[in-house]
Amino acid sequence: MDLTRRDFLKVSSTSAGGLAIAFTIPSLATVRPYKMASVTNSEISAWLVIEPDESVIIRVAQAEMGQGVMTSMPMLIAEELEADWRKVKVEYADVNRQVLLSGIYGRMQTRDSDAVQLSRETLQLVGAEARERLIKAAAETWTVDPEDCYADYGRIFRSGSSESLSFGEVAGLASQVSVANVKIKTPEAFNLLGLATPRLDVPAKVDGSAIYSMDVRLPDMLYAAVVHSPVLGGTVKSLRFNAIRHMPGVVKAVRMESAIGVVADTFWRAKSAADELPVFWNLGEQGKTFTDTIKRDFFEEFSGAGEVMLSKGKIGYLMDHAERTIESDYFVPYLAQVPMEPLNCTVHVQDSKVDVWVGHQDPEGIVDAVSRLTGKAPHDIYVHNCFLGGSFGRRSHMDFVIEATRIAMEVDRPVQMIWTREEELRSGAYRPMSAMRFKAGFDIDKQLIALSNHSVTHSIRYDQDKSFQGIDDSSVEGLRNHPYSLPAYEFTHTRKNTHLTSWWWRSGGHSINAFAMECFVDEMAGAAGVDPIAYRRQMLADKPEYLDVLDVLEQESGWGKRNLPRGTAMGMAIHKSYGTVCGQVAEVTVDNGEVTINRVTVAIDCGNLVNPMTAEEQVEGSVLFGLSAALYGKLTVENGRILEDNLDTYGILRMHETPEIDIHWALSGADKWGGLGEPATPVIAPAVCNALYKITGRRIRSLPITDYYLQVR
Amino acid sequence: MVRLNINKEDVEVDVSPDTPLLWVLRDNLNLTGTKFACGIGQCGACTVLMQGKPVRSCMTTAAEAQRFDIITIEGLSSDASHPVQVAFIEEDVPQCGYCQSGQVMTAVALLNEKSNPTDEEINQAMTNICRCGTYSKIRSAIKKVALGRGET
Repeated sequence: MDLTRRDFLKVSSTSAGGLAIAFTIPSLATVRPYKMASVTNSEISAWLVIEPDESVIIRVAQAEMGQGVMTSMPMLIAEELEADWRKVKVEYADVNRQVLLSGIYGRMQTRDSDAVQLSRETLQLVGAEARERLIKAAAETWTVDPEDCYADYGRIFRSGSSESLSFGEVAGLASQVSVANVKIKTPEAFNLLGLATPRLDVPAKVDGSAIYSMDVRLPDMLYAAVVHSPVLGGTVKSLRFNAIRHMPGVVKAVRMESAIGVVADTFWRAKSAADELPVFWNLGEQGKTFTDTIKRDFFEEFSGAGEVMLSKGKIGYLMDHAERTIESDYFVPYLAQVPMEPLNCTVHVQDSKVDVWVGHQDPEGIVDAVSRLTGKAPHDIYVHNCFLGGSFGRRSHMDFVIEATRIAMEVDRPVQMIWTREEELRSGAYRPMSAMRFKAGFDIDKQLIALSNHSVTHSIRYDQDKSFQGIDDSSVEGLRNHPYSLPAYEFTHTRKNTHLTSWWWRSGGHSINAFAMECFVDEMAGAAGVDPIAYRRQMLADKPEYLDVLDVLEQESGWGKRNLPRGTAMGMAIHKSYGTVCGQVAEVTVDNGEVTINRVTVAIDCGNLVNPMTAEEQVEGSVLFGLSAALYGKLTVENGRILEDNLDTYGILRMHETPEIDIHWALSGADKWGGLGEPATPVIAPAVCNALYKITGRRIRSLPITDYYLQVR
Repeated sequence: MVRLNINKEDVEVDVSPDTPLLWVLRDNLNLTGTKFACGIGQCGACTVLMQGKPVRSCMTTAAEAQRFDIITIEGLSSDASHPVQVAFIEEDVPQCGYCQSGQVMTAVALLNEKSNPTDEEINQAMTNICRCGTYSKIRSAIKKVALGRGET
């Protein structure tokens, strides 16, 4: 799919006549069928096209899911190119070209908040190389030394002359010259990077013209609704298609191992028929499980040893001889990502090729998966990535793409498969459940002498590979590499999987481990009789990147300096993930059992900023994502089924509950370009829970918060 | 056959009368700017204007919609020039953008009713869910429109 601004305008102008497009299949301009990106005169490189009309088309290899890569990635190229930003248009890099030219776009997977970390230098070099070629082309045109020419604002100038040539005028020649030893700018020379820049995808997102994969419309397209086993792992025993065969628009039912796809001429007809379809399931033993039994199994693991992952000193001896010990168990439930756009995928299986229209974090993974399923060669799989209507990790899973492909393999027309929200929430791929036991020993002077931790967590890796042994990194991220200086410690881990399946969730294991760790550090501070920020400073004395963030956080939040009314208090937490240190202070009020988050002060160090505007949006959104989970997030298992199957039961924060969020950048510069899509998510839950302790005297050690009835002490 | 008036045009669609308006718009009329997200009236991504009032089109049947004028995001303006759209662009509101058609439509209805809504009135009207958390920017955009009107 092509996402240039030009096409945005084209789309909105075709809709000018209101219903003018309503009765025709919209032109393929909005959903371009695949065509091999040809190397034209104006293509400077695989990343960059400069059109004769001066448009600078920049290709983006990452997926736009709201985090702003369609603006930040082009900024990295445009900065070095010295382009006129107003002329920049953006489109996705062609996945098929990536396959044919073996990785010309580097890694196309979008994950771990690392788009900038991963691509920054590459993209700067792309821009710099193109700039030097444009300069060389202009110099050749003038028959002067390139050293005497420079680029600025979309034109090439000659020193000491009023002559200039536009990028468009020399682009053809520039595509044929070569340059060597290209250098990128040092940060002082940046004009565009660091400037708050409006997102390029915004206009199309406020007039309904932005194309998400559910908006793809193709000639002869059919729709599929899916019914999954009500219990994960259950299988289809039998179905009675004859009961729905007569229903309007119904084409067929596709039987899969643990799901049925019902295909019809519109989605509503497919869904209506799927609702009526009698299906009988083999549910097995997993159909007898409940949250409480699963939770009990997790806690029972504490009696086992676990695998040691960090150890220093004689923990048993120290604990036995401690003046005082405190022990606490923490727990977090399975959670769902709930992107606003329910999972969907459109697939057209043809004799010679397969087209896939989807919004996905891993288009290359789709090529592999669909190639394996259909037996077609990877270069015959055409993935048309669309805007992602949110993901938060969910749109990196292949499950829905595989299901759509299997349905499409049974139909000789394009099929758009949509999972209803209920089907999505029942489909697994949840943020893992985890239980954690901490114990701290103190001497007579209230000094910490030892800390032990045993975490028991559902492993994402084991779900994917049943032969996996050892500790899943994603289960212990932020825990195994915690920053605190401790005199003696032992961290152990136990992998514990259930019939549910797990997957990535914005900030992954950090969201689990920062909650437990930062709450327990608060408990330790309390036991030591030291202010929580001061206590962390003691244990982070050799970690300046944390100390600087704590300084900003303390100052900007008014920590300890503000007179707060009874029932209101501040709590704090700090955590590093994806290369970024984030500290937060939450000011919370409890009134009649009701919890209100008034304000969140964020201090954050990602080193450098590409686009402060999208950066702030990401931090704010990450806080709210974490807050929804802290307050409401849980999936409850009853008879193996997930009870929370739509937005009436799976709570997501709304506007009236949204706190004021003050973001303060504590940028350390240098070579640090930390991620921003996730690092603020894990910090909010412990900050809020630590505030709630001050108000209520009660430690919240199990999420979500709304499971507790809280009163002011 | 159901007769509807969508974006000031009369249309006839061959659907069962109990089909939700949302799916008539999306599948029969190819007006895909109106989004499906929950199907139970919780999130507001499918909000359209019916006689100027915001309704959740997933909970409105084609039969119920028959007697009323329906405006979808596509009918708001041809070029994102409606004052609410302009304010959403200026405030750089959307992230993933999927809920934004519904947010814009709900904000339009609010501002038609109350030219200068208070924070509390904004809270009461804007019950749409945004998973990306663009709420503060939506609020700023609504206030910007209200302010713009006050000046003219």
